[in-house]
Amino acid sequence: MVDEFALGGDVWSSRLIMGTGGVPSLTILRDALIASGTQITTIAMRRVNASTSGSIFDLLKELHIAPLPNTAGCYTAGEAVLTAQLAREALGTDWIKLEVIADDFTLMPDPIETIAAATRLVTEGFVVLAYTNDDPVLASKLEAIGCAAVMPLGAPIGSGLGIRNPHNIELMRERIAAPIILDAGIGTASDATFAMELGCDGVLLASAVTRAEQPQLMAEAMKHAVLAGRKAYLAGRIPKRWHANASSPGRETSRLSKEMPIDSVNAQEAHRESPLF
Amino acid sequence: MIVILNGFEHEVAPNTNLADLVAKVSRAETGIAVAVNDEVVPRHAWSATPLSSGARIEVLTAVQGG
Repeated sequence: MVDEFALGGDVWSSRLIMGTGGVPSLTILRDALIASGTQITTIAMRRVNASTSGSIFDLLKELHIAPLPNTAGCYTAGEAVLTAQLAREALGTDWIKLEVIADDFTLMPDPIETIAAATRLVTEGFVVLAYTNDDPVLASKLEAIGCAAVMPLGAPIGSGLGIRNPHNIELMRERIAAPIILDAGIGTASDATFAMELGCDGVLLASAVTRAEQPQLMAEAMKHAVLAGRKAYLAGRIPKRWHANASSPGRETSRLSKEMPIDSVNAQEAHRESPLF
Repeated sequence: MIVILNGFEHEVAPNTNLADLVAKVSRAETGIAVAVNDEVVPRHAWSATPLSSGARIEVLTAVQGG
């Protein structure tokens, strides 16, 4: 089955977007990026420092991974817009992951500054992927402005707490057609799967891989987790039931009735109709 | 005269242009961008951009993050 991911005017086969923060070395990052199968990876913009060794931009070029510059570290719309303009000039891409943080303690997005910056950047022709709270109303407004994707947090950046309000993510999925990329909070593979099962189009994660004991192995786990969640979402899960529902044939239809295992008999008992919770 | 380069005061000769100044912090041919007083100056315009006393120059590049 071909299940391509349309984002920002291009089509991608991987739905896992990687971050690059927190990796102890470019070698470890390289191995993790390859293992993840990612095609898009975020990078930050900072002042040139003579002590900077190696180039993350060159590494992404070598691996044929599209760079997604972010505005990490910006607290106002003005800072974020200038950072996006500098990223476009430096990296030759119109893509920007818009991230306007309210404060250092929560690292939560500032919705007012985010809306202001998104409005300006869309006008200037940027492909804006907007980091946002898990708020379906705000996500709708970002979509209406013209953002190419909304990126709701599952939990605070770097917390690894998973998806704290899955209902909000489901509501967001119902309300908007733009791609939804679950960003921030992923701790382990099941969190990434859950995001995809909720109907997200993709997952962005960094710390879960870069700070894992074995980044390369966790990157591989995340690749499979995103694929599994996406396929489960497309396949359509069974409804939840309060009581058991036997999956084996009943005794009267079984050719092996004399040798029917005891647990199958128990399951048949449980098959009787009962009201749902 | 004094300009502010990446947050620090920097002494430059009076007729220094932006290309000369950037070359002091980076020789990279790609992957860097420059703003003067919060306005992006494209690479092709660096050598034709004079510096004025007190100008704030930011030279940025991509790093790991996010």
